Amino acid sequence: MTGQPRHAERGVRRGPRELIFEMGSPESRCVEPPALDVPEVDLAEALGGAVREEPVALPRVTEVQIARHYAHLASMNFGVDSGSYPLGSCTMKYNPRVNEDAARLEGFAGLHPYQPLESVQGALEMMAGLAEALAEVSGLPGVTLQPAAGAHGELTALMCIRAYHAERGAVRSRVLIPDTAHGTNPATVAMCGYDVTTVRSDAAGGVDVVALREALDADVAAVMLTNPNTLGLFDENILEVTRLVHAAGALAYCDGANLNAVMGISRPGGIGFDALHINLHKTFSTPHGGGGPGAGPVCVSAELAPYLPGPIPVRVPDGTFRFENPARSIGRVRSFYGNVGVLVRAYAYVRALGGAGLREVSEQAVLSANYLKERLRTHYDLPYDKTCMHEFVLSGSRQKREYGVRTLDIAKRLLDFGFHPPTVYFPLIVEEALMIEPTETESLAELDRFVDAMVAIAEEAAAEPEVPKGAPYTTPVRRLDEAGAARNPDLRYRPEV
Amino acid sequence: MYPDDLRYDKAHEWVRLEGDVVAIGISHFAQNQLGEVVYVDLPSEGESLSAGDVFGEIESVKSVSELYSPVDGEIVEVNDTLADAPETVNEDPYGKGWMIKVRLSDPAQLDDLLSAVEYEALLSEEA
Amino acid sequence: MRHISVTCEQREAMLRAVGCESVEELFADIPRDARFDRELAIEGGLAEMELVAHVRGLAGANTPAGGMVSFAGAGCYDHYVPAIVDHVLRKPEFFTAYTPYQPEVSQGTLQAMYEYQSMMALLTGMDVSNASLYDGATALVEAAMMAVRITRRRQVVCAGTVHPEWQSTLLTYAAAGNFDVAFVPSRGGAVAFDSEDVTSVLREGATAALLVSSPNVLGNVEDVQRAASLAHETGALLVVAANPLLLAVMASPGDQGADIVVGEGQPLGNAMSFGGPGFGFFACREEYLRHVPGRLVGRTVDMDGNPAFVLTLSTREQHIRREKATSNICSNQALCALAAAVYLSAVGRDGLAATARACIAKAHYLREALLATGRFRAPWDSAFAHEFGLIYDGDVTAMRDALFAQGFLAGVPLSMLGPLDRTGIDPGVADSIVLFAVTEKRSRAEIDEFAARVAAL
Repeated sequence: MTGQPRHAERGVRRGPRELIFEMGSPESRCVEPPALDVPEVDLAEALGGAVREEPVALPRVTEVQIARHYAHLASMNFGVDSGSYPLGSCTMKYNPRVNEDAARLEGFAGLHPYQPLESVQGALEMMAGLAEALAEVSGLPGVTLQPAAGAHGELTALMCIRAYHAERGAVRSRVLIPDTAHGTNPATVAMCGYDVTTVRSDAAGGVDVVALREALDADVAAVMLTNPNTLGLFDENILEVTRLVHAAGALAYCDGANLNAVMGISRPGGIGFDALHINLHKTFSTPHGGGGPGAGPVCVSAELAPYLPGPIPVRVPDGTFRFENPARSIGRVRSFYGNVGVLVRAYAYVRALGGAGLREVSEQAVLSANYLKERLRTHYDLPYDKTCMHEFVLSGSRQKREYGVRTLDIAKRLLDFGFHPPTVYFPLIVEEALMIEPTETESLAELDRFVDAMVAIAEEAAAEPEVPKGAPYTTPVRRLDEAGAARNPDLRYRPEV
Repeated sequence: MYPDDLRYDKAHEWVRLEGDVVAIGISHFAQNQLGEVVYVDLPSEGESLSAGDVFGEIESVKSVSELYSPVDGEIVEVNDTLADAPETVNEDPYGKGWMIKVRLSDPAQLDDLLSAVEYEALLSEEA
Repeated sequence: MRHISVTCEQREAMLRAVGCESVEELFADIPRDARFDRELAIEGGLAEMELVAHVRGLAGANTPAGGMVSFAGAGCYDHYVPAIVDHVLRKPEFFTAYTPYQPEVSQGTLQAMYEYQSMMALLTGMDVSNASLYDGATALVEAAMMAVRITRRRQVVCAGTVHPEWQSTLLTYAAAGNFDVAFVPSRGGAVAFDSEDVTSVLREGATAALLVSSPNVLGNVEDVQRAASLAHETGALLVVAANPLLLAVMASPGDQGADIVVGEGQPLGNAMSFGGPGFGFFACREEYLRHVPGRLVGRTVDMDGNPAFVLTLSTREQHIRREKATSNICSNQALCALAAAVYLSAVGRDGLAATARACIAKAHYLREALLATGRFRAPWDSAFAHEFGLIYDGDVTAMRDALFAQGFLAGVPLSMLGPLDRTGIDPGVADSIVLFAVTEKRSRAEIDEFAARVAAL
C-alpha cells in the first residue's frame, strides 16, 4: 500500500447529506422583498386568468442553512485551487482573482444591454480591445465575441463558411475531420447541415496527407483541424494540409482548444487557417465554473469577416466605439453581445500579460508538458514519442495487459493522491489513453509530485493491482453506480404532495 | 458461450429459427464488450427490414451501438421487457435478452450466416 | 503577474531534463514557415495595481443601469441579487472546477445541479430539466431542433412576438438547412391563436413545433392553453418560452399543455452584465428525455451504497454520439445555473412569489402613472405581467436621453431589439413604442418621480 489510507481506515465521510429541499421549515426565510408600496393587483385579472393555483414547492430555508449547505457541497468539489488538474485539452490553469473582481465591477456587471451607446463606451472599448488582442494572437483580423462556448464558436465559424460557399454558388455537402477530433466537431458539422467524413491520422500522429488528398474534392466545404492536435503534436505537414484544402476550394477551420501551446510562436492565420475559435475559459484563464460559462470567440480571415454574426464592437476613428453588423452577416447566434462577464476576465488577463507574457505562457506550458513526458515515459507506454506541445498522451495498455489495471483505475487512484486525473480514453485512436496537460501555472514541485503519484500507481498496479482497481478510497463518495443512474433516471427531487 | 443451434453475423447479432420466424439478439461477446447495458431502443412491430438495416440501438453508460438485422423480413414481435430491464441483455443474451422476432422473407438467407464454430473462429481472428 | 511558478533556475533544469538547450528547441517540429517571427503586438505587462486602475477606468467610462432608476427589460432584468448568491459563487471549489466528469470529486457541483434541475422542473411544470444551455435564444433553438428530431418534420412555427433577437438566432440556425421557420404576426399585442394567422401556417403532418413566448417580448400574456391545443391537433409540439421569476405566480406552462419549456434564466440571481452570462433553461416532458440536449445530473449510489450524483444519459451527448448527438453543446452555463439555485433558495417559495407580485403590481402602477402624464398612449389593451409597451408621442430618443441625464433609464425603444417586420405591429407605430419593465427594486417614490419628470418634458 502506497501511503494512502484505505477506505476502512478513513475518518468521517463527507458524502452527500440532505437536499436543500429537505431542510428548513415553513417559517424559514432568508431574503424577503420589502413591503409592497403600491396597490396590490388582482393577479388573475392582470394576467388574463393564467395564474398558478398552488405555490411552487421551492425550499424555505434560512441564510445560515444556505451557507452551510453550499459550504458542504463545496467541500466535496475539486477545483484548480484544490490541486493540480492536468486535464488534457482543457487547460485548467490558475484563474487570477483580480479578473474575478474586474468582472464584478458595477460598471460592467450593472450594464443593461439596451442602454444608450454613450453610456457603455468603456464596455465597448474593453470588447474591442479584447477582439484586437485575439486577432493579433490568431493572425486573423475578423473577430466575433458572441459565441458562448467553444462548440458554439465552432458552429458560428462553420455557419460563416457555409454562407461564404453559398454566396459563391458552391453546393458543398461534406466537412472533413481527423480521427483525433473532439466530439464537438462532428456534432457541430451535423448541426450545420453537413455530412462528416473522417480522415485518419498518419503514423506520426498528424493528418494523413495521402488520405486527405483522396478525401478532398469539390464537395468538401471545410476541413476542421485541431492544431496542435489532441495527441499534443504540432502537425509537421500543416502548411501542405492547408494548401491542399485551399486548392480544393475548401476552407480550413482550426479548433483552438490547444491554443495555449502556440501563442506568439505560430499563428493559425499564418499557416493557412481561415477560421479559428478560441476558448477563453482555457487559454485566457477564465474559470470553468463547474462546466460554464465559457466564451468561444471566433477569429476569421478578411474573406470570411463579412459573414460574422453581429453586432460587433468597433473602434471609430474619433476615439469612440459603436456596434456594427457585418455586411453579409449570418445573423445572431445568441441574444445580446456574448458572455461579457467572461470577456472582462479575459481582457484583464491579456492586459496583465501582454504580448511577451502570452508567449512565455506557451513556452512554459510546452516545457512543463515535455518535462512530465520525459519523467513518465518509462513507467507508461508513450505511443507517439516526439517532442510534444502543451500536452501529451500516454497509454495504460501495459498496465491493462499485464495486471488488469485499466486507465480508469489509474485515474480513480490519482484522486486518492490528491490530483484531478488527466483526460482519459481520448483521443479515441490511443488505447487506454491518458491525455496530460499540466499548464504553465503548476510549480516544479507540483509537477514532481504528480510524477511521483503516477510512478507509485504504476508500481502499485504491478504489486497490488487490487488497490487501484478499488480506488478511490479517500473521496467524498466512491465509484458510482452509473449503470443504475442511466437505467432508472432520477433527475429531480419530487416534493411530497 | 456460443450455442450451436444459433446462426451469427459479423456484427455480433445472433438468429434463432422458430418456425418461419427468427428471434434476433446480440452475442455473449457483444454484450461483454458493451459492458452494462442501460438502454435498448427497438423498432415497432410491423416494420419491414432488409439484411444490414439498422433496427435499433443499444447503449451502455459510455457507448452507443447500432443493431443490424441479419435477415430480410417483417418484425412480428418486439421484446418490450428490455425497456424496463435492459440488463437482461447482459444476464441472458440468448434467452430473455432477445430483441425482435422477424418473419423471414427468404429462409435461405440463414445459410449465409455463420455457424457457432465459424463465429468463434471470427472472434479469435479479431482478438 | 505572469502566473508562472517555475523559477528561471528550475526552467534550466527542466530543459536539461528534456534534453534541450533552449526553449526554442521545444518548437523544432514547427516548420520554419509556420513560425511567427515577431513579438505579439499586444499591450500589457500591467502590475496588478495598474491593472485594477485600468479596468476601473473602463468600468468608470460606463453609466450602469444598475445604479440608476432603470425601467429597462426586454430580456434582461434588474432584479435584486441577495448577498449570499455571490458569496457562494466565489467559492473556488465551485468556480475553478471543470465539468463534473469525475463524480467522486465533483459531488458539490453535481448535487447543486440536481437541485437546480428540480427547481426548474417545479417552476416550469415539466418532468425534467437539463443542467442549462447558453441563453434563452439558443435554448429556444435547441427546443425547435429537438421537436424536429422527435416529429421527423421540418417546419417550426414561431410567434412573431418572440424576442426579435431570438427570432434572428432561430433563423441563423435554420439557414444551416435542418429546418424551416414560419412566423405568425400578432394582433393587439399578442398572437390571435384562433385566427387564420395561425391556422394558415400550422400544418398537419408538417409542423414540428409551435414556439410561443409568454409573457411575450411586449410583456403581454399569450393564450398558451389555446396554443397547446392548436399545436397538438396538428401533431406538433408546443414550446413555451417563459420568464422563470414570473412563473412563481403565473400558471405553469406544463399545466397549460406545453411539451418543452425554455427561457432566459438571468432574472434568477444573475447580474445583467451587459446581457451575459446568464443561462438558458430547458425542461420537457419525460417521454422526450432521450432527445434532450445538454447535460443531465442523476441521483444514484456509490459502491458502498451511499447516495451520490452523476452526469447521466451521456450517450445523447457529442463526446459519445458525435455527429448523431442531440446537440453539439459541451460547456454550458453551470455557474449561472448555480446562482439561480442559490437565489431560489434565498428568496424561497414565498419570497419568489412576493417578488413576482411586486414586479407585476409596480408595472401596473407605472403604466397608469405614465398614461396619466398624457405623453404616452396604449397601443393595445392586453393582459401583461411586469413589462408593457406604450406609444410615445414625440421623439423617443430625445425623451430617453433627457431622462437618462436625470438618472432614469426610460425603458427600451422597441426598435432597438431588431427588425420588427415579423411582429405584425404597424411599422408606423412600432418605432414609437417603448417597453417598460419594472422590478421589485423600484420604489413607489421612484416611479412617481419618474412619471413627474416625464410629465415635465
